[in-house]
Amino acid sequence: MSADDPAERQETAVPAIELKGISKAFGPVQANRDISIRVMPGTIHGIIGENGAGKSTLMSILYGFYKADRGEIFINGRKTDIPDSQAAIAAGIGMVFQHFKLVETFTVLENVILGAEDGRLLKPSLAKARRLLKELAAEYELNVDPDAVISDIGVGMQQRVEILKALYRQADILILDEPTGVLTPSEADQLFRILHRLKDEGKTIVLITHKLREIMEATDTVSVMRRGEMTATVRTAETSPEHLAELMVGRKVLLRVDKAPVRAGRTVLEVENLRVIDEEGVERIRGIDLKVRAGEIVGLAGVAGNGQSELLEVLGGMRAATGLVRLNGEALALSGPGSDGQARRAAGIAHVPEDRQREGLIMEFHAWENVGFGYHRDPAYRRGAVFMNNAALRADTEAKIAQYDIRPANCWLTARNFSGGNQQKIVVAREMERNPDLLLVGQPTRGVDIGAIEFIHKQIVALRDAGKAVLLVSVELEEILGLSDRIAVMFDGRIMGERLPGATDEKELGLLMAGMAREAA
Amino acid sequence: MDRMPQWADVVLIPLISLILAAILSALVILGIGEDPVAAVRMMVNGAVGSTYGWGYTLYYATNFMFTGLAVAVAFHARLFNIGGEGQAMLGGLGVALVCLHVPWPHWSVALVAAAISAAAFGAAWAAIPAWLQARRGSHIVITTIMFNYIAAAVLNYMLVTALRPRGSMDPATARFPEAVHLPTFQQIFSSAGQPLFRGAPANISFFVAVFACIAVWALIWRTRLGYEIRAYGHSETGARYAGISPFRITMIAMLISGGLAGMMAINNVMGEAERLVLNATEGAGFIGIAVALMGRSHPFGVFLAAILFGFLYQGGAELALWTNIPRELIVVIQALVILFTGALDNMVRMPLERLFQAIGRKRRDAGEGAPKPGPRSAQHEPEPEP
Repeated sequence: MSADDPAERQETAVPAIELKGISKAFGPVQANRDISIRVMPGTIHGIIGENGAGKSTLMSILYGFYKADRGEIFINGRKTDIPDSQAAIAAGIGMVFQHFKLVETFTVLENVILGAEDGRLLKPSLAKARRLLKELAAEYELNVDPDAVISDIGVGMQQRVEILKALYRQADILILDEPTGVLTPSEADQLFRILHRLKDEGKTIVLITHKLREIMEATDTVSVMRRGEMTATVRTAETSPEHLAELMVGRKVLLRVDKAPVRAGRTVLEVENLRVIDEEGVERIRGIDLKVRAGEIVGLAGVAGNGQSELLEVLGGMRAATGLVRLNGEALALSGPGSDGQARRAAGIAHVPEDRQREGLIMEFHAWENVGFGYHRDPAYRRGAVFMNNAALRADTEAKIAQYDIRPANCWLTARNFSGGNQQKIVVAREMERNPDLLLVGQPTRGVDIGAIEFIHKQIVALRDAGKAVLLVSVELEEILGLSDRIAVMFDGRIMGERLPGATDEKELGLLMAGMAREAA
Repeated sequence: MDRMPQWADVVLIPLISLILAAILSALVILGIGEDPVAAVRMMVNGAVGSTYGWGYTLYYATNFMFTGLAVAVAFHARLFNIGGEGQAMLGGLGVALVCLHVPWPHWSVALVAAAISAAAFGAAWAAIPAWLQARRGSHIVITTIMFNYIAAAVLNYMLVTALRPRGSMDPATARFPEAVHLPTFQQIFSSAGQPLFRGAPANISFFVAVFACIAVWALIWRTRLGYEIRAYGHSETGARYAGISPFRITMIAMLISGGLAGMMAINNVMGEAERLVLNATEGAGFIGIAVALMGRSHPFGVFLAAILFGFLYQGGAELALWTNIPRELIVVIQALVILFTGALDNMVRMPLERLFQAIGRKRRDAGEGAPKPGPRSAQHEPEPEP
């Protein structure tokens, strides 16, 4: 690039990134449709949209992973072809992916130079990187121990290494794809401080997210995407979360969950001193106690990987454990016979699992086959001892499609061909219609569009109002705060404390999630 | 929306693969100075030009149906059973023991007993690798291959020591008694004036194989067990979520698979040779893999693919008999068909998918402004992970 061309540097009206008429289709799916966007240098530009709106596709085109079917890319006013990521790096673009691309067993320094070594010998490269890293740390408050091994440092630190990698490759434009998904609130705050610092130094930052709050806090301008199209680009200061949500969905959305005051009844679920040791011999749950009462939603907050998933798996019959779990006063088997998913369903537990694509649905199955999944031994779906009653399953599916407004209303489509929100509706319909005593819900709205989020939240609240117990696990603090009647925070396999949603805030929960505070006496 | 219509997946891809294999085979024949057109004519005449030819083609097809179904059932549980060969060998042992040691009053009773025994022996042979996979995590591809060799050795030992009639130098059992000889197509279909299928080995077990195709179809698509097998095959974590035991499904799927492979013995051992000889399976267990791949693990596809491979076997034998094309080259041609229909599936699939996408896009572009085709949410796709 012509960084030493003074005329070009002074021309401030030239956008750092300009996309003109970008279109990209995957088969019949139009992921991007005629998208034009201008990002000015030295700004933080947000791109917001629901899952599947085409944000990641657009950025992948910019980073050279996909080739656009139509359209042009201008970097600093110059038309640029980006056939691969090497070309993107050469054009000064750096990308921080949602899932880090780091070698776990290498040190920070080794990861930074990986693929950008200067010669055949490592030593000079490492020395140079060490020097540069020190400079960058001073300049942007990006402090990382260069000799730490990646697997030993936290996700927040790992993300910094990704940013350092981009800066080491002299990126002027930094794209971050859903950067806060794995961070605690305080880590996210730190990230935003770093981003502001980078901006002040003249870097251009593109922030992809589906969280309205982050857009409002961190960005200067924001573009909204919906179904592959760019619906609006506005100055952040001149908009509101409600307005952005409306732009994302295309209609007015209720962001807060309306619910009546809690009227909790008898104890449905009792967990005492539960312990889980996983396949690798690591203790994932280190003795927890928990109660969920009828007519109450208990939210389990925590950063992913702190034992919440394992707890759901134990209660759902997918994982062995030791300790005591009572449902309606009866002890459940926690290992061996009688501890599988079938036994749990028979006992009155329904389970909306965290990962609908790998657990809750068989993606290759038709919608009607999925509606029987887990309940396929139910006499209603049976014909004789051996055969399935496929006709009954299909009739049942038609009813659920109508009741839950699942689209497209075609029970012969495979699960893969439904959107994330409609896939989740299939799971939710199947589990809720069982009228369980206890509903386990994991990440109910992950990858689900805002319209469906509203619907699924209403369903969960309706079940609670009908006097059922609900255990909710979510990494979205907003969701936990909005839905729960009581919040338990997990960290490192333990419950750090319980709070009432009215008497706490994201900050306090964030501290608990980071393991900062023990429960006050 | 799927990438291409189902008929293209089921019909077009195998057909194009087959044509490619045929073209390449023709080039090979041309390369050694023979006339490919004459060779094809001879294959067709030899394999399906007479009831005699059909009698051989269907005999081979019967073998391939059993072994193809065996592989297909295991595939549905995402288990790759390469041990069809060994399981079929053991099935032969089961048939021989039942036929030699029980005085059967009629062939029909003997057929039922022999089929059950063959299935039991084949299933037992598949059970060990299945258990090792389900409990110990030993990879089933490796163990089933190993068990083919063990089966060959076991059979060799049994034939040389226990089963060989006293005084015989041949490592084979005695001939089965007359009462258990299965009716051949010649006996079934010939009338007094018109002898059909004369001397051909096709026999009543062909109909057992066709029935097995229907039974497997019902098992996979209509029963609760089939539902669980398919669910487990698509997603093991999903199966765990639904309370489907991976151990149970692995064992059952492999037992059924081994049983089907073993049942092949009612055709080649009981129906044709009427005694158990060394290497009676002649590689049919391996052909079954190609048959299942080509048949997309669907019983009807397996049926068609088995007949195709029966045709190739019989046509190839005719070629070797009547032309200067050496036997080895016929194996090359068969291997080309297996290569193209089985292994190189994606070579044909990918360009074809792209073609269908391009056609689809063109049609949509032309239709823009016209009423939207169905609800928009149908066109949703999760954002691709770079």
